[in-house]
Amino acid sequence: MTPYPSDAVGVSRVAGRIDSVFLFIVVIALIFFFLTQGTLIWFAWRYRRRKGNEGESTPYITGNRLLETLWVVIPSALVLAIFAYGWIVFRDIRTAPAGAADINVVARQWLYEFRYSDGRSSINEVRVPLGKPVRFVLTSSDVLHGFYLPAFRIKQDIVPGRYTDLWVQPEKAGSFDIYCTQYCGTGHSTMRAKMIVMDAADYRRWVAGERKPDLAPPWMKGKGLVERYGCLGCHGVDGVDRIGPTFKGLYGRKVEMSDGSALIADESYFRESILDPTAKVVKGFDPVMPTYKGTLKEDEIAEIIAWLKTVK
Amino acid sequence: MADGISGASGTGRGYLAETGLRSWAFSLDHKRIGVMYLYTTMFFFLVGGLFAELLRLKLMTPGPGFVSDKTYNVFFTLHGALMIFLFIIPAIPSALGNFFIPMMVGAHDVAFPRLNLAGYWIFLAGIVVVIASLVRPMDTGWTFYTPYSAKSGAAVTLLSFGLFLVGMSSILTGLNFIITIHTQRAPGMTWSRMPLFIWGMYATSVIQVLATPVIGMTFILLAAERLFGVGFFDPAKGGDPLLFQHFFWFYSHPVVYVMILPAMGIISEIIPVFSRKPIFGYKAIAYSSMAIALAGFLVWGHHMFVSGMSSVAAVIFSLLTFSVAVPTGVKVFNWIATLYRGSISFESPMLYALMFIFLFIIGGLTGPFLGSLGTNVQLHDTYFVVAHFHYTMMGGTVMGWLAGLHYWFPKMTGRMLSEKLARRAAVLILIGFNVTFFTMFILGYKGMPRRWAEYPVQYQTMHIIATVGSWVLAAGIIVMVWNFTRSLYRGEAAPGNPWGALTLEWQTASPPPVENFEVIPTVTEWPYSFGRKGAGDA
Repeated sequence: MTPYPSDAVGVSRVAGRIDSVFLFIVVIALIFFFLTQGTLIWFAWRYRRRKGNEGESTPYITGNRLLETLWVVIPSALVLAIFAYGWIVFRDIRTAPAGAADINVVARQWLYEFRYSDGRSSINEVRVPLGKPVRFVLTSSDVLHGFYLPAFRIKQDIVPGRYTDLWVQPEKAGSFDIYCTQYCGTGHSTMRAKMIVMDAADYRRWVAGERKPDLAPPWMKGKGLVERYGCLGCHGVDGVDRIGPTFKGLYGRKVEMSDGSALIADESYFRESILDPTAKVVKGFDPVMPTYKGTLKEDEIAEIIAWLKTVK
Repeated sequence: MADGISGASGTGRGYLAETGLRSWAFSLDHKRIGVMYLYTTMFFFLVGGLFAELLRLKLMTPGPGFVSDKTYNVFFTLHGALMIFLFIIPAIPSALGNFFIPMMVGAHDVAFPRLNLAGYWIFLAGIVVVIASLVRPMDTGWTFYTPYSAKSGAAVTLLSFGLFLVGMSSILTGLNFIITIHTQRAPGMTWSRMPLFIWGMYATSVIQVLATPVIGMTFILLAAERLFGVGFFDPAKGGDPLLFQHFFWFYSHPVVYVMILPAMGIISEIIPVFSRKPIFGYKAIAYSSMAIALAGFLVWGHHMFVSGMSSVAAVIFSLLTFSVAVPTGVKVFNWIATLYRGSISFESPMLYALMFIFLFIIGGLTGPFLGSLGTNVQLHDTYFVVAHFHYTMMGGTVMGWLAGLHYWFPKMTGRMLSEKLARRAAVLILIGFNVTFFTMFILGYKGMPRRWAEYPVQYQTMHIIATVGSWVLAAGIIVMVWNFTRSLYRGEAAPGNPWGALTLEWQTASPPPVENFEVIPTVTEWPYSFGRKGAGDA
């Protein structure tokens, strides 16, 4: 429906900002293009060797300090401006707004599996509501993949063994292509999906129609896992620290580490702490937690993280 | 002014006098070794080009085509790997560098002739291994990204071993050149009197020696991963796929300067000779080569902005990347300024040199779109990137290489090329190149991912245009190869110095005698003393 990204004006605020950077560079590039190519062609034509002037001597010019200074200083200033503008917009691209709904994506040769927080899942088609921020939490179960929404001007590689993420806030209803952009083998070019942006009422109706009564959301499975593996023996959910820090309100909080560094507790941190607990130890605690590597499956880790996010 | 600098006339056979396989295979003469590299790399240029034509042919149709997707993946992998490792990296340094560095510094040979010959044989051994890997042809792309390359059923280990050998040859060549430039310069040739091609080759050699060991190491780790399941890059075993990308680009970014700096050196020689003007800003060109070589080591992360690397690293790498843009721009401005008030003639070397500048400007100006973080996220891994690097690598390096071949053909062979054929080839190449690759900027902007065998139908028109362009380009290359072949046997005899150049390689016979110079020349000034001092200086 809107497969051409260049035609998809107004799909999101961020896409518009990326277009502005693009246009900014186009203007600078065109000025330099005409300046340099124009001079090149003009000089080549104007000073061509003609019959009769072969013997004419040429001036012995070896440099010009003013010119040489100018063409270092001006381009330096311009590339710094391009860098700065690109950086500012990059921060928008990378920083999901608070309250974005998370959708987990597991990529594998050669499809995308989408897992919603209420337990629904789908292959190669994801539906999202219009106007709400959505964050895709990406991982792969085999090789590298890409997650590219051309209409939205954004992409992110998907890496096995870790989470990467990408967010959108669609401002236009429609069906948008998702392409794999990181070479992943024979079926690479057929690894495509659709993101269907529905207006809020349609989306609610669709969700109601899809939901099955026996569907357990991932966080609920995660709660069962946490109880089964005895996590709560050390980590409370009541805000009181025990042998390990409390889970209460942990997701999204800034946490200080024993080595003096600090980080925001996100999916990647949770994942690392489950698989390699001594890699980052919260300040004031001993590195005593055993690893759950090999014990928990990839899906189970995602389910525990889904539950951790609900402990507020 | 050409009086007194025209060399001996090209009646003799010079270094080419001896014939027979042994006289080549065991020759310690840098010129013969250079010629062997030239034939070898040119062969792979043509083979790599053939794969390019095949994959362009597949892309005429959006669905499954005349070859399977798997075969298409092999085509683009071989196109990339052969062009990069067996053509564009060694093409100028090992072939033209070998032939002309000793001649341009006024020496009888490189510092270590035996090492030089060993380098060629190691190169050849590497090629044999690479060819052996075709039993299970590679489908990983020339970038070998793990985990795919660690799992692929193709002969990745064998191919990477072949490239390991090729890299070793590259290190030996670079080392030899550095020492040659330091120790073999003719009396009077101070650093500030060195031709700019030598400066470019010096910077190139430094990169070759420092960066190539890293790719060698990466290939060893990849082989260990595949053979013994060590898990350097496997997250299930505590490894990290991104580590591979860091290693790979730590080499493969600096190496793009191994490709482009020698070509820039050639352009810096040709522009003054055919404009009859001293090079503008000699020091700026010389030092910017060194600046690019050093800064080139610090920007590899710009290949990884969307890889999952930290955002902080992305910002730093983006900033550093822009630091390479300025010295590159400086060179372009200097070349254009050299034309000012010159007496410009348009023989084939100059045509290719001007084409280089024209195309390289487009390649250069599309770089900031990819260096800027905001737009990189959109354009990364699309045809925009494919277009950008073909403008810099083919529009840049290959045009520089062709300029050099046309410029030095008389010196190497003792024959002149047909100017008429050369002009026709140049026009076809210029048109074909732009139709093929400019189209790809638009494709990429519209979201077409690279390395796709099949694609949505809305991209088909552009793909057809690009493919037709590639036929025109191929026609140009065929005319050019015909010109080389024909002129080798039937070209007019070349005088010692047909272009009236002032660098030392022209101050001897064409083709040069085995020892290059009967008497080592003494250098009294830089090689760009064109024009009349004091006459109408600005």
